[in-house]
Amino acid sequence: MKHLILGNGPTGVIAAETLRKADRHAEIMMVGSEPEPPYSRMAIPYLLEGNIDESGTYLRKADGHFESLQIDNRIGVATAVNAADKVVAFADGSTESYDKLLIATGSHPICPPIPGVDLPHVHTCWTLADARAIAARAGAGTRVVQVGAGFIGCIILEALAKRGVDLTVVELGDRMVPRMMTPKAGAMIKHWVESKGVRVVTEARVERIDASSSQTPSLLETVKGLLGHAQADAPSSVMTVTLSTGERIECDLVIVSAGVRPNIGFLDGSGIAVGLGVLTDRHMQSSVADVYAAGDVAEAPDLFSGTPMVSAIQPNAADQARIAALNMAGKSVPHGGVMAINVLDTLGLISSSFGQWEGVTGGDGVEVADPDSHRYISLQFKDDVLVGATSIGLTQHVGVLRGLIQSQVSLGDWKQALMHDPLRAMDAYLASVQKPGVLHDQTHGHAQAVC
Amino acid sequence: MLKSLYIDPEKCTGCLQCEMACSLENTGIFNPSQSRIKVFSFEDAGRKVPYTCTQCDEAWCMQACPVDAIKLDKHTGAKVVEEETCVGCKVCTISCPFGTINYVAETGKVQKCDLCGGDPACAAACPTEAITFVDANWTGLERMRTWAARANEASL
Repeated sequence: MKHLILGNGPTGVIAAETLRKADRHAEIMMVGSEPEPPYSRMAIPYLLEGNIDESGTYLRKADGHFESLQIDNRIGVATAVNAADKVVAFADGSTESYDKLLIATGSHPICPPIPGVDLPHVHTCWTLADARAIAARAGAGTRVVQVGAGFIGCIILEALAKRGVDLTVVELGDRMVPRMMTPKAGAMIKHWVESKGVRVVTEARVERIDASSSQTPSLLETVKGLLGHAQADAPSSVMTVTLSTGERIECDLVIVSAGVRPNIGFLDGSGIAVGLGVLTDRHMQSSVADVYAAGDVAEAPDLFSGTPMVSAIQPNAADQARIAALNMAGKSVPHGGVMAINVLDTLGLISSSFGQWEGVTGGDGVEVADPDSHRYISLQFKDDVLVGATSIGLTQHVGVLRGLIQSQVSLGDWKQALMHDPLRAMDAYLASVQKPGVLHDQTHGHAQAVC
Repeated sequence: MLKSLYIDPEKCTGCLQCEMACSLENTGIFNPSQSRIKVFSFEDAGRKVPYTCTQCDEAWCMQACPVDAIKLDKHTGAKVVEEETCVGCKVCTISCPFGTINYVAETGKVQKCDLCGGDPACAAACPTEAITFVDANWTGLERMRTWAARANEASL
C-alpha cells in the first residue's frame, strides 16, 4: 500500500503520522513545495516578533522525526493528477504512483489586481520566504501599509507593532476581521488597535501602488543627497498607496493580506470535483475513489447543514487530516462536520468566534458588550441549541463554546439562563454536556440533575 | 498502570483546597486564579463541581498545536505544555471542546493540568476525597472516559 500525500503543512504531517500509527508497513510519501522542513504558517508572526527563530516554526522539532517513522518527506510541486492510472506528475518532470492519494496542498494568498502589486517591496505574509523579506525591511519607523484586516492581517499586526513600524491598515469592510467578528466586536477591536497607535482605515480600497520617484524624499535621502551620496538613477524604494477615498499614503513596505484560496489549480482535467476547494464527503474522500483531501484545500460538509465549506484554520487541518488518514488506512470514520473556530490576539486583546457566530435565520441570541473593560460576548441559538459564539476578553475555558456548539446539546432551561447571563457558558456546559460524567453520580444510584 | 484524576462532585464541599494546592504547586504562590483545576459553584442546586483536564486520548490541544509544544508524558498519560516551545497562539484553547487549556496573559503561554508529574497536588489536598488519583481502569473513570469519547465523536 502506497500513500502519497501532497503537501507537508500541518495536514500532511498529521495525516502521515496517523497513517503510520494505523499501518506500520505502508509506504508513506509526503511531498511539500517549499525547501524548509515542514513548518507552521501559524508560527510566522512569532518569528517576525523575534519570539522564536525559524526552527521554532517547525511542525516537528526532533531530528530524524520523519525518518524514524519511515515517512519519505520530499520536495516537489504537483502539476497534474491522472486519477485513472493513479499517477501524480510533478513540475520537475518526475511522476509518482499511489494507491491512496491525499491532497493537502493548502491554500495561497490572494493577490488582488491592484496596479503596482508587483513592486519589489510589496509582499504577502504567507511563507518563511515572505517572512524573511518582511523582516529585512520592517524595522523601527518603517512606514508599512497593510492591505486587509482579516484574520491573517490581524495576526501579523502585533508582530509588526513589536518591530516598531509605523503601521496603517486598510480594510474594505466596515470593521476589523469582518468575516470572523460581529459588527460590534469588530468595531471594538478597531478601537483597541487604534488606541495602541495603529492607524486603521475601514471601508476603503487600495486603488494603486506607485513607486514614488517624485515624492518628497525622506530626511535620510535628503541628507544623502546633500552629501552627494545619492545615486541619481537609483529607483526610489518609497511607494505611494492611493486609496479609493482619494487619500495617498507614502510608505516603505506594503503587506497584502487579502485572504487565501485553496491550491487546486493542478487538478484541472483530473476529474476530481472542485468548488472553491476539493469537494469531499464526510470521510474526506473526493469525487474520485482513493483520492482524499483535507485541510485548507478541502471543501467538506459543514456541521450544521452539510453544506460544503472551506475552513482554512489549523484545528480544522488537524481534525480533517486525522479523519482522512484513518479512512485511507481502511477504517471507516466519518467527520462530524466542519465548524469555523478562530482565535485572535490583536495587540493584547484576545477575541474568538465559533460556528455560526453571525446567527441563523429564525434563531435568537444575546449580545453583551462592555467597551470600557474591553469585554464582549455574543451567543447565538437555534431553538435551544447553541450554534455560534463570539467573544472578546474571554480566555478561561473558552473551548467549551466549541464543546457546546459541536455537541449540539439541547440546553433546555440553560438557554434562558444564558440569554440572561451569557458568561455562564461554562456552567451550562458542565450541566448539559458533562452532566452524566461529572454532575451525576450513578455509582450510588441517585442520579441528580442540577437544573 | 496509568492513573487518572477521578472527580466525585457529590463529595465536594467547595473548600477550594485543590485550587490553592494547584496554584502553589505550579506557580509557587497561593492564587486560585492561577489554578488549573476549577471548582464551579451551582448555587441554586447547592453543588460544587471541580473540573479539570481528563487527559483525553484524542488530545485536541496536542493535535492542534502548530509548533509541537504539547507532549504526551508516557509515564503519566498527561498531555504537557512545553513552555519554552509554546508561542502563545491560543489555537489549543479554542480546539479543546472541554475548555481545559487556557491562555495566561502574564506568561504569554497556555497552561493545563499535567497531573503534577504523577502526584497531583489537588488530589493530595482534597480533604473529602472528591478528587482522587486512581487506576485508569477503575469503572467510574471508564464512565467519564466514555463521556469524553462521546463528546469527541460528536465533534469529529
